Amino acid sequence: MGIPFLRHREYIIVPLQAAISDDEMVELWGLLANHVTGHDVRGVVIDVTALDVIDSFACRTLTHVAQAIRLRGAETVIVGIQPDVAIAMVQLGLSVTDVRTMLDTEEAIAFLDQATARAAR
Amino acid sequence: MEEANHTYRPAGPSTDDLVSHLMRVRDELRVQWVQEMRAKGLLEGLTPEETERESAVIYDTCVGCLESGRYDEAQRYATQMAQRGVLSGMTPEQIMGSLLTLRDIYEWSLFDEYGAEREKLRHALRLYQSVANRILSIVALAFVEERERIVFQQQEAIRELSTPALQIRDGLLMLPIIGLLDSARARQLTEQLLLTIRASRAKAVVIDITGVPAIDSKVANHLLQTVDACSLMGARVVLSGMSPEIAQTIVTIGVDLSRIRTVADLQDGIEEANRWLGAEVSNRRPLPQSD
Repeated sequence: MGIPFLRHREYIIVPLQAAISDDEMVELWGLLANHVTGHDVRGVVIDVTALDVIDSFACRTLTHVAQAIRLRGAETVIVGIQPDVAIAMVQLGLSVTDVRTMLDTEEAIAFLDQATARAAR
Repeated sequence: MEEANHTYRPAGPSTDDLVSHLMRVRDELRVQWVQEMRAKGLLEGLTPEETERESAVIYDTCVGCLESGRYDEAQRYATQMAQRGVLSGMTPEQIMGSLLTLRDIYEWSLFDEYGAEREKLRHALRLYQSVANRILSIVALAFVEERERIVFQQQEAIRELSTPALQIRDGLLMLPIIGLLDSARARQLTEQLLLTIRASRAKAVVIDITGVPAIDSKVANHLLQTVDACSLMGARVVLSGMSPEIAQTIVTIGVDLSRIRTVADLQDGIEEANRWLGAEVSNRRPLPQSD
């Protein structure tokens, strides 16, 4: 099963499915890093609303994804971390370092608009 | 207790003998019991009908326990009585006093019945006393448990009351923390705050700890976790109202709060949060003008 993603203006939105496997996480990494080039992508929004668990592997992979995307010249935002997931993450001492986290896609798009506007100036 | 029954049956009166004796003198003993209780002032606040009904049930329950060697019924009734007693303001002294009186009454009756023969009396008392003690401890425990249940409920209620996340304006929440912060409360508070952040789409939170009397490394870590969880949900946190004593404590125990923006009082906290939100608003595309 491939990972679906949506194109919105110069951004990519990736809604992760609840049953995403570790392999698919890794696949996502390569997929996004590839896709960001040549398609005039300025930002990636990864939506984790459907995930009820974010473990250390997922955290690390998401951080890697964001770093790879930054090297390709785009910004990454993770949105939709649920309250109990957030609590579990901080209790386990997990964090998605270097990555912006926001409430939802709307906030993320607003932030990316700002970020790209600043970059263009 | 059952072993006791078997061991002493041949030498003296059996459990069945005791039960049939106590049932035979039931009405007589109950009248005596009520009189004793009234004399001791244990029946205050009870109507004669209530006294009549309760005394009958208690008498029969106790005899029932003696007869069957099972205490489920006594347990159930004691729990029920503890709940009602606490509700209707009956003191544990009253209820324990009543039961102790009943214990004496049963015992006197046994004396009258078997007193002539020392050996029989000894066996009868051995059978009877273990049951009586067990019943008394069941009732005492029921009261303690009921009190504990109420204390627990009230703690829960206080916890829920004490962690309101208030919306000050769009995107800005304030969380005043009052009183001691322990692990359970910190978790509950974080959960509530995160739910409110999601519901109100807040982007800034002022956590005010003016009302927190003391802080230790554990509490400081809870605060750090709360702040991190908020930032995972996309909200920035400013911590306000840290007293000089708490600031000194934090420095002394060496907790690193440098990740958290801290300000002196609530007013500064709200101003700081407004600045964050203001910067965001001004960076956005201007709102369409109506004129």
